[in-house]
Amino acid sequence: MKEFKYVITDPVGIHARPAGLLVKEAKNFKSVATFIKGDKSAKATALMKLMGMGIVQGDEVTVRVEGEDEEACAAAIEKFLKENF
Amino acid sequence: MQVFKGIKIVNGIAIGKIKIYKVPVYEIKEDLISDIAGELDRFEAARVKVQDQQNALAEQEVKDGREETAGIFEAHALMLDDDDLIDSCKELIGEGHTAEFAVRKGFEAAAEMFRNMDDPYFQARSADVIDLKNSMLDVLFGNDTESLQGKEPAILVAEDMAPSETVKLDKSLLLGLVTRLGSSNSHTAILARSMNLPTLIQCPDIADDWDGKFAILDGYNSCIYIEPEQEIIDKLTAKQKEDREKEAKLQELKGKPSVTKDGQKVRLYANIGGPKDINAVIENDAEGVGLFRSEFVYLNSKTDPSEDEQFAAYKKVLEALAPRLVIIRTCDIGADKTIDYMNLDKEDNPALGFRAVRICLSRPDFFKRQLRALLRASAFGNLGIMFPMIISKWEVQECKKILNECKEELVKEGVAIGKYEIGIMIETPAAALCADDLAEEVDFFSLGTNDLTQYTCAIDRQSANLERFADTHHPAVLRLIRETIEAGHRHNTWVGICGELGADPTLTETFLSMGVDELSVNPKSILPLRGNVRNVDLSGVKKNNNPEPKSESEVKEVKSEVKSEPAKGFWGRLFS
Repeated sequence: MKEFKYVITDPVGIHARPAGLLVKEAKNFKSVATFIKGDKSAKATALMKLMGMGIVQGDEVTVRVEGEDEEACAAAIEKFLKENF
Repeated sequence: MQVFKGIKIVNGIAIGKIKIYKVPVYEIKEDLISDIAGELDRFEAARVKVQDQQNALAEQEVKDGREETAGIFEAHALMLDDDDLIDSCKELIGEGHTAEFAVRKGFEAAAEMFRNMDDPYFQARSADVIDLKNSMLDVLFGNDTESLQGKEPAILVAEDMAPSETVKLDKSLLLGLVTRLGSSNSHTAILARSMNLPTLIQCPDIADDWDGKFAILDGYNSCIYIEPEQEIIDKLTAKQKEDREKEAKLQELKGKPSVTKDGQKVRLYANIGGPKDINAVIENDAEGVGLFRSEFVYLNSKTDPSEDEQFAAYKKVLEALAPRLVIIRTCDIGADKTIDYMNLDKEDNPALGFRAVRICLSRPDFFKRQLRALLRASAFGNLGIMFPMIISKWEVQECKKILNECKEELVKEGVAIGKYEIGIMIETPAAALCADDLAEEVDFFSLGTNDLTQYTCAIDRQSANLERFADTHHPAVLRLIRETIEAGHRHNTWVGICGELGADPTLTETFLSMGVDELSVNPKSILPLRGNVRNVDLSGVKKNNNPEPKSESEVKEVKSEVKSEPAKGFWGRLFS
């Protein structure tokens, strides 16, 4: 299992379009990535649930990745977050 | 004649007939079906078709240069791939419901989730899901919605407009838009702004019997006149014509140099508050950014923003606007801008208190995070770093010393650093009077005229009672500005103005005759200001030869001659 934390810097938060692209990115991997904020969580492949977490600027999210390609998957998601959120 | 109020999204006047735009109401049968496989196929076919439509709309918007709205449709297409949404519909069909029933129930549940969220941005997303639901139903019922708009140019009146509906509209027939619902965060509003379409939202009184009636939408006064009187028609027709002529003239100024008739150049830069203003800088043809208020990174955050967070924001702006110079002002909180996590003591006199560089120099670790972020961002564009609220030379020297420490650290860490200029705000009489000393330390000065006026005249800019005493063109302020420019030039330090006065058309000639190098104003003021500059002729004025600033009464006379729009409320802006 891989885990990292990220603080959202985008003024709007995890919003529709980049969230959709994040889902696309996550679907490229066999591992399951989960976003966790407080008591809420959503798989990185579930767009509506991910948006439903209401992640806004300044929020810290934990991303947990489990599966055979977890290294690459975690790295890709972290990179995506840094570039887009 | 009847008049109805709403909330305007875009200024401007629309004149024409009203067309009521009504989305068909589908009657969905609740009877159960037996051919579940066939129904699942219908659902899947509709889903793929709507997804194709959304992608096509996105492509169309990209082609028309509207990236922002293109993103809406890309997001829609991606939402239609959402496994939870698809599964919830398929489950309902599996129970024997029709595809129509499943779509209504499944999509409405998703919309409900967004509607119940706290954040207005996410709340507004429920409209996206409803839009998709309607598009799905259109396909399932075999309806085409394009005929709803009618064939004549009209002001459309609707309950609400879904983004895909708005985009499908024939723009050549669209004069204006009035909706009963909608918010300023809604896509209707975003689209209206991107199309610069006169638009009213939240107009509670819309009625079906308006259909076909002659009307005028007055965005300036946030109202719509149904069957207006001749007097109103004449007045607003003239206003519309004036708007169009003015707009056409401004557009012609894009790409033209900001130079006076006798050949004196001045750089026209924009004041911005964050990455959201990048487009405004480009659209209004600003030649750079003279004041990027970094406060947004502090004010929009619940906790002290990290170096990485700040770096991301600065890099975004520098990269997007390269090779333009972007001057980022370091943290200017305190005074009227307070933040919980900074734990600042309450002060009796905050304007004269612990603020801006005074906080930064007292909390070097906090300051260093911003300076490191700025230095890292410098590799991605053309950066100017500007320190606010300076009164003494040692403050500038200490700022530079800390900046150098950060630089050495980053170099050691192997981080790339680009070139950058260093400057200070001249916004205290102390700085203006010591400008010769300060100029030795920096590449540029930027005159913050709002604070400079407040501190010079001892007038609180927030106080309404003082309006009578507040002379925005006080000779003392103009003299300090002139002396600062002269002092800067004696030391090869260029001098700009980034306060409200910079956009004041009645002072453009005065500032140019003082030899100002740059004026930084709201993006929307750039083109009007360029128009002013190009009309100035200084060949008769003795350039840089200590012209005595004009007194208020003289300036007032000039004011009446200038036909440009007056500057925005001088005391009105919080940040400057």
